[in-house]
Amino acid sequence: MERDTHFILGVYEDEDVLLHAVKDVRTSGVKIHEVYSPYPVHGLEHALGYKRSRLPIAAFLFGLLGTTLALTMQLYMMKFDWPMIIGGKDFAAIPDFIPVSFELTVLLAAFGMVGVFMISSDLKPWAQPRIFDLRITDDKHVMAIDIANNSTLEVEKIKEILKSSGATEVNNKSFE
Amino acid sequence: MQVTSSVRQPLVTGGKTYHDVTHDVSRQVEGKPTMAWFLAFLTAVGVLVLGSIALIATLWEGIGMWGLNKTIGWAWDITNFVWWVGIGHAGTLISAVLLLFRQKWRTSINRAAEAMTIFAVICAAMFPVIHMGRPWLGAYWALPLPNTFGSLWVNFNSPLLWDVFAISTYFSVSLVFWYIGLIPDFATIRDRATGLRKKIYGALSFGWDGAAKTWMRYESVSLILAGLATPLVLSVHTIVSFDFATSVIPGWHTTIFPPYFVAGAIFSGFAMVLTLMIITRKVFKLEDYITMGHIELMNIVIIITGSIVGIAYITEFFIAWYSGVEAEQYAFINRATGPYWWAYWSMMTCNVISPQLFWIKKIRTSIAATFILSLVVNTGMWFERFVIIVTSLHRDFLPSSWAMFYPTWADVGVYLFTFGLFFTLFFLFAKFFPVINMAEVKSVLKSSSEKAAK
Repeated sequence: MERDTHFILGVYEDEDVLLHAVKDVRTSGVKIHEVYSPYPVHGLEHALGYKRSRLPIAAFLFGLLGTTLALTMQLYMMKFDWPMIIGGKDFAAIPDFIPVSFELTVLLAAFGMVGVFMISSDLKPWAQPRIFDLRITDDKHVMAIDIANNSTLEVEKIKEILKSSGATEVNNKSFE
Repeated sequence: MQVTSSVRQPLVTGGKTYHDVTHDVSRQVEGKPTMAWFLAFLTAVGVLVLGSIALIATLWEGIGMWGLNKTIGWAWDITNFVWWVGIGHAGTLISAVLLLFRQKWRTSINRAAEAMTIFAVICAAMFPVIHMGRPWLGAYWALPLPNTFGSLWVNFNSPLLWDVFAISTYFSVSLVFWYIGLIPDFATIRDRATGLRKKIYGALSFGWDGAAKTWMRYESVSLILAGLATPLVLSVHTIVSFDFATSVIPGWHTTIFPPYFVAGAIFSGFAMVLTLMIITRKVFKLEDYITMGHIELMNIVIIITGSIVGIAYITEFFIAWYSGVEAEQYAFINRATGPYWWAYWSMMTCNVISPQLFWIKKIRTSIAATFILSLVVNTGMWFERFVIIVTSLHRDFLPSSWAMFYPTWADVGVYLFTFGLFFTLFFLFAKFFPVINMAEVKSVLKSSSEKAAK
């Protein structure tokens, strides 16, 4: 069977049942494709075994870039390119450069991190998302299991595991 | 499982389920606009059109249309600028600072408060730009671009330039923060819609699918943005206060300005949030989400920040006396007893005395009293900026230069224009965007709703 086309979906109503279900399903040897929720469920990423997001590192690096660019720009303009005496201050009046450096640090960190987030999560206005169930953005949590990824297990067996883990519905879903 | 203390008030009342949250918020977007909305929207557009006459006149003739004179070079324009920026502080404070402090009650008010922030900052930014006289040039003269005379750069020693960076960073980061929060909710509306609406909200939702991995990143992004926005929101009004504090004008040259401006900004911002929320919850029937508990908590923030502002006023006065600087002493005595005494005492009454009424539980849990006091606070905060700016300037160093400020119709009109703009944008937001952050409310529903408390 082809990968990434045929799925079994377990539908859960409650976030705590879902958290236990994820653990149970994984211990019984079923590989979970992904879990879809209407709101962030705390601890779900640990239960699914996801590694911590590295977005904070991206934010830090972009912030660092912002500070460096801001200080370089101000020093270049005020000290080297066109020095002017302003209020008798030093040309390189570093304390005066702090507000703008701070703002540019925040600006680059925020935009850089959000940019990385958009790219890594494939968020863009023209994206055509695969909707497993329309109720995912309303009130249901859906656990999707790729049948091809669990070829060692029988489909009926997987459905059995999902049901006993607390799924209120178990459905099939196929994509073209 | 999350556990919430039983003494905490429920954040969502009325035994709402997850689906109820979706339905109650989305139906405003999906339904036909109500008569009340149309009337409110048309009124706002009317004010906008009326005000635009003054704006066009000002742009055509120059800022000589305003009541400024050679002594008082800043008056209503900068008062309005600081006033709007101050209002624009509550949104990011609610969504960022309260997120870091894990205050769950922010979830049902953060969306609208952030929208308010963005619109208020747009209104604020208009004033310094118009004040440049030729905004079509000023807009890029304020940027560090090489000019045609060689590369004579902008002056990075000037707090006015710091303001350009602070306000534009604040605006764009707040906008991004707000939009990231909107994405999951746009997806909710997309999945309920058909036809054209599905296409529009589909594009707005950026292909959101609710995957656990995306939520994990989303949470990470929210937390870091909150961490970045918290010092940012504090920096913005600090830098606005530098416009005054770094000058040598008696009455402006004060080290207390940064914290005092920030407290005042939060004070006026929360008052504006209350004004808007009390109307919104009523018109859109969202009383179960924006509960009396929310209103009471915001009123408590008003007591605290109002008291900080009160102490700052008194400290300023004390320090003026204690410093022994005669010019400084005169500036303060003149504020309280000079020709602008009425502005000073309006400020004192509205900002220092009136919020103290919220110590009485009956008043802070009364919708009518809260609504009236929120308007009083914002009036007071406008007077605060007027007092700081105009009374410090009008008695110039030489008595021959002393002057008074009289606003012209153009001063009033441009101020009206920003009101029209603010409310037009807010009503459009309230109709076409989900006014409550559905995903975040759902995430606290299980632990903090009335149903959970039982």
